[in-house]
Order: sequence, then structure tokens, then C-alpha cells
Amino acid sequence: MRHIISILMENEPGALSRVVGLFSQRNFNIESLNVAPTEDSTLSRLTVTTVGDDRVIEQITKHLNKLIDVVKLVDLTEGNHIERELMLVKVKALGAQRDEVKRTADIFRAQIVDVTPSVYTVQITGDAGKLDAFLQAMAPIGILEVARTGVSGISRGDKILSL
Amino acid sequence: MELLSGADMIARFLKDEGVEYIYGYPGGAALHIYDALFRQDDVKHILVRHEQAATHAADGYARASGKPGTVLVTSGPGATNAVTGIATAYMDSIPMVVLCGQVASHLIGEDAFQETDIVGVTRPIVKHSFSIRHPSEIPTVLKKAYYLAASGRPGPVVVDIPKDMTAPTERYEYVYPKKVKLRSYNPVTRGHTGQIKKAVEMMLKARRPVFYTGGGVVTGQACEGLTDLVQRLGYPITTTLMGIGAYPQSDRQSLGWLGMHGSYESNMAMHHADLIVAIGARFDDRVTNNTSKFCPTAKIIHVDIDPSSISKTVRADVPIVGPAGSVIDEMISLVQGREPANPDALSEWWDKIEGWREERRGKLYDPSEPGEPLKPQQVVETLCRVTRGEAFVTTDVGQHQMFAAQYYKFDKPNRFITSGGLGTMGFGFPAAMGIKLSYPDDDVICITGEGSFQMMMQELSTCKQFGVGVKIVNLNNGSLGMVRQWQDLNYKSRHAHSYMESLPDFQKLIEAYGFTALKVERHEDLEPALERAFAHKDELVFLDIYVDPREHVYPMQVPLGSMRDMLLSKTERT
Ligand SMILES: Cc1ncc(C[n+]2csc(CCOP(=O)(O)OP(=O)(O)O)c2C)c(N)n1
Ligand SMILES: [Mg+2]
Repeated sequence: MRHIISILMENEPGALSRVVGLFSQRNFNIESLNVAPTEDSTLSRLTVTTVGDDRVIEQITKHLNKLIDVVKLVDLTEGNHIERELMLVKVKALGAQRDEVKRTADIFRAQIVDVTPSVYTVQITGDAGKLDAFLQAMAPIGILEVARTGVSGISRGDKILSL
Repeated sequence: MELLSGADMIARFLKDEGVEYIYGYPGGAALHIYDALFRQDDVKHILVRHEQAATHAADGYARASGKPGTVLVTSGPGATNAVTGIATAYMDSIPMVVLCGQVASHLIGEDAFQETDIVGVTRPIVKHSFSIRHPSEIPTVLKKAYYLAASGRPGPVVVDIPKDMTAPTERYEYVYPKKVKLRSYNPVTRGHTGQIKKAVEMMLKARRPVFYTGGGVVTGQACEGLTDLVQRLGYPITTTLMGIGAYPQSDRQSLGWLGMHGSYESNMAMHHADLIVAIGARFDDRVTNNTSKFCPTAKIIHVDIDPSSISKTVRADVPIVGPAGSVIDEMISLVQGREPANPDALSEWWDKIEGWREERRGKLYDPSEPGEPLKPQQVVETLCRVTRGEAFVTTDVGQHQMFAAQYYKFDKPNRFITSGGLGTMGFGFPAAMGIKLSYPDDDVICITGEGSFQMMMQELSTCKQFGVGVKIVNLNNGSLGMVRQWQDLNYKSRHAHSYMESLPDFQKLIEAYGFTALKVERHEDLEPALERAFAHKDELVFLDIYVDPREHVYPMQVPLGSMRDMLLSKTERT
């Protein structure tokens, strides 16, 4: 099963490489990874999506917790959560394609954020499934380039991941 | 307030931390630190002849004393030479702090002379690592390093120190930090009481229980408690190679050690048990054999300080995360005044175990007659007798290691010192050196093979410089015996590169360093040679003992089998 694990870690040099290294060292799988500072400048938040059965996920969370730089973590997929990813896509936009792209973008509530005579750059946010669907819809028109942030997530309701 | 340079802070910190010996080797990036060591007398520096030996010596000391060992090396090749020793310590959870010189900060990343990203290189084999970014942080970073190395599940910690951090001209305030706190690191101090109660109930109701304990009991200094608990219940106990001596091996309840070359009765008892009480052991593949056939009828209680060790390879029915010591103490207080519920089943269980013991009594190996080559097993048995089972015994890796573990009997922990997890040839001699320096009044023996010894024999020079009187027992079978054994069993005796056709004359080699070497080829020479060697209390003596090269280590678990599937000799199988 796919899991989204959110990690608060010390904003120290090398911390990220320890997390990434752990995954390759122990043969765990990483589907996507995203990391950025938080409102507390001493902490960064890292979100990793991974696939594995319960035993593997248990090992992943235990080994992550063991890293000295990891302060706290949560497996978001254990409860209700919000999952978002941002994607920027360059698509071909010539003649009739220009309208087609615009229409499809509207359906997905995506925005066209940059325009040239032959190319549209579209920005879209949503869960990974929505982004995949958008790419599928655009494929016949001609996708030129894709940049995805990887999944970021947060739990629903009052539950908070903090120090 | 005291102003010190980074280098002086390191020397001062080591003193304040109570470090007696550091093992190291100098070089450009570490020279400020070496100069600071030169100007003080509190911390003694042992100059090894290869950085790997420094790590093994510090490791040996740590295993014997329970305190972190300290290593100092220079950048680049100095640091990379230490890697094998760091990995060795990591695999066996040994506390160690490795201080590595590094090129000056402004040169990092420029492929400067002797620059290696040692933090990167060692990342998968350390508990944690630090890079010093300002001289003023040296005291706290070092304190954190020692704290992390020794607490929780211990392990090696690397501290990377760019040369400019130790410059003699820059001075900062030095205060010894008595305590440090890390918000992201809080090792558990006790187990979950509900789980412990549940475990104790299962223990009391068991019909065929076995204790299976490992190095965690030794590092957790919980051996007395363990012995008390096991004796109160009257249950059998087997330990891992790393756990040898945690429970007195001469006691009736001890089945010896288990696993690939473990005792017949240990492996049989494990296989037939209905309850396994695992404490500070990690169910590694050299113990379990095929996990899908592992102990089919047993429920498993697993106590470990590291949650990631629990249910990693074998699912625990009752997991308990906590330090061995406090969990065992809590178990004792719950067992107090109570009796096991099934005395009849237990006495049947013991009958079965005694039966297994009887089956193999006197059949473990064929002692040879005078005139025939000595058997390595005989040598270790005699060695144990001559030293009354009281020595510190380190080993290298191979057949001799297994024979040492099988035939030297340990009643105390921290005495059998071996590279269990990584299986590092070259470990034994420097480890013995590290122990002897801190335990000068004890006999310290390195049981080695001619293959392994040659991996670290340059340390003879260190022993000469510092007067280190270890005894080296070379079980010389003229081949890489363990490799040869596997080739006999799996490759139709095609001995690809398991020969040593150009062995040195060890006697001359040892004498070149000014030490005594005794060559033993005949039965009647063995005991007198050992007596003679140990009469030279404080001198290094090398015993070159020629043993039968055709000997195999048995029992030996059959690959992909269960615990009870074993070869018992060249012709017998369970
Ligand atoms: C550094 C290292 N290289 C290779 C091995 C693989 N290995 C395991 S045992 C062994 C043979 C050891 O020979 P020796 O020291 O003579 O011991 P013996 O088995 O003959 O008693 C080898 C090569 C190892 N464990 N460590
Ligand atoms: Mg040999």
C-alpha cells in the first residue's frame, strides 16, 4: 500500500542525506520526496511517499525515528488527511490546441501561468491521482515538460505534528 | 573563564570526560590536535601502525569495559582506513567516538589534498556523525558524541574536525558540559508495564520455554539480573555469540550458544520450544537460519531497546521496547513468590534437553592421538584449562573463532570479544591490545588464524612500543580454514584461493620484534608451551600451533533449513 510519511527534522546540514540514505541502504522504496523549512527555522518538514506492506512500513517508520535528526513523524495515511501536489506542465499550444488546452485546464481547475505563441505553461494542484489524470488528458495534445513537487500533506482536523 | 584553542579544548574535554586512552595516528589535518596532546599528560595516546587497528583497539576496550572507546585519525586516508573498524563497531552496537581531522573549511569540496567526505562515507555505519563548524561548539558536540555513543543502543559516532577549527591562534571559552540534551533523542528508560506483565504470565505458563539472549544484555549491564531471573524460573538459556558469558556457561541451565555453529542442544531446544524469551538479541540470519521454518511452535517475547530490531526478521508476539536491565528487574519482581504453572511439563522438557545433551556428549570432535596432528578444539580446551577460564579472549574470524567460542567456557560477560556482526578478520589482535592496556593484570589472549593475523600483524610494533603483553594463539592450519570448509561442503573441495602457500616463518617474524614465539607441533608440547607462555606474565608471547587443516566446525546448520537442521560431523546429519 502507498503511505505518506511526514517528518519533522532538525534543519541541519546532512539531515536530508541521512533520510534519503536510509531508504537506499535498507532497500526501502521512495515514490516522491519533498522538503522545505517550516515556520520554526530550526526545523524542516519532509514528506515522503512510499509503498510497502505493513511490515515494511513499520520498519521504515522505526528506522526513521531512530535517526538522531528526526524529531517527530507521522504516517498520514493512518488517518484522514489532505494530500496535495503542485505540477507545472508545458504543453504544445498551436491553432486549435490552444482552446483545447484551455478547456481541459478549466475542467481540472488548473491555471495557465505563462504563454508563448506555441507553448502554454499550466499550473495545477491536487492529489497525485488528479495530476496523473491531467497528464493523461494532455498527452494527445503534446506534453513538452513536467515539473512536479512531490506530495505534501497534513492531517485533517485538530491533530497537529509539532514539537 | 578559560580561553582555549579548539585543539586544546579537545585534549581538555577528553580529560574531563574521563578518557584514559586514545588510539590514533597523526597526519596533516590532525596536527594541531596532536600538538595539544603533546602538551598534556592526562590522556594517553597509543600510536597504532594502521588506523583500522586504532578502531579495533578502542572497540576491544569498549567491549571489555562497557565504556566508549576513542579514536583519533587524520583526514583522507587516515579516516578511510578507519572505516572497517567503524563498521565492525556499528554491527555489534559498540560505543566509540572517532575524531577525524578534515581539511580546512575553506578547502572543503575542492578535492583538496587528503580530502574525503568521511561523514558521507560512514553515514550508513554510524549511529550519528557531526561536523564541527565553529571552534566554540567543540565541547558540546563532543559531549553529544559521547552521550550518543554510549546511551540507548550504543554505536560509533564520527566527529569531523576541519583543521581551522583547531587552529592554535583562535581561542574561545571552554566549559565542560556536564550534561547535554537532544530534543530528538530520548532513549526509552523502561518497558511498558502491561506488556511486561503479559510476558511474565506467558513465561509462568510455558511448558517448553527457552531464554535466548544477546549482546544487548551485556551492553545493558543486565547480566546479574538475567542470571537471577533465569535461575528463579529454572528455565534453559542459550545466548548468541555476542551474549556469551551473560549467564555462566558452566551452569546446568546454560545450553551454550546458538545458531549456525551453535550447540546441538541449543538449536534443538529453540526448534521445539513453545516460548522464546528473547532479550537484547536481534534474530539475525546466523541465528535463525531460514526464518520461515524458525521455531514453528513457539510464541515469541522480544525485549529490545531498539524498536527497529523488534519484528524486523521474525514477528514478535509480545514486543517490549526497553533497556534489558530495567525490564528484567521488573520481570523479577513479578515472578517473585510465584512458581511456574506446569512443573510436570517443564521436567519433561528438561528430560528432553538432557537427552539432546547426552546424544552429543563425547562426540563433538575426534581428539587426535599423540603422533597425529593436534585438533584445534583440543588446543582451545587446554587453553581454557590452563587459564582457568578467566582470561579475556579475543578472536579473529574463521574456524578458530568458532572453536574459541565452542571450547573456551565463559562464566562472565565482557570476556569473549569477537566481531560477530561484521565478521572482521584482523579484529582480534588490536582488540586484545586495547584490552590489555586497560586491564594489565589480566590474561588477554587473541585466538587467531594465520590468515587473519596477517591482516593486522603490523601491530606487533605497537605492542613493542607500549609494552603490551598479550598472548597470541595462532591456530595454524595453513589455510583460510572456514573458506576451505565451505569449499569442501559446497564446491566439491575445489579450494579456490583458500591456501596460504607462502606463510612466513612466524617464529622469526615475532623474534624480529623482540618477542618470544613458541612453535607447537606435537601433543606433548602443547601444555608445557601454554604454561610457559602464561608464566611470562607481562610479555607478548606468540604461540604458533600447528593444527589439523582438515578439521571442520560442527554443528553447522544446513542452509535454508530450520534451527534443528544441522550437520553434526562430516558424516552425520540431523
Ligand atoms: C576482512 C575479511 N575478509 C574476508 C573474510 C572472509 N573469511 C571468513 S573466514 C576466512 C578465513 C580465515 O582464515 P584464518 O584466519 O586462517 O582462520 P581459520 O578459518 O583458518 O581458522 C575468510 C577469508 C572476512 N571474514 N573478513
Ligand atoms: Mg587458518
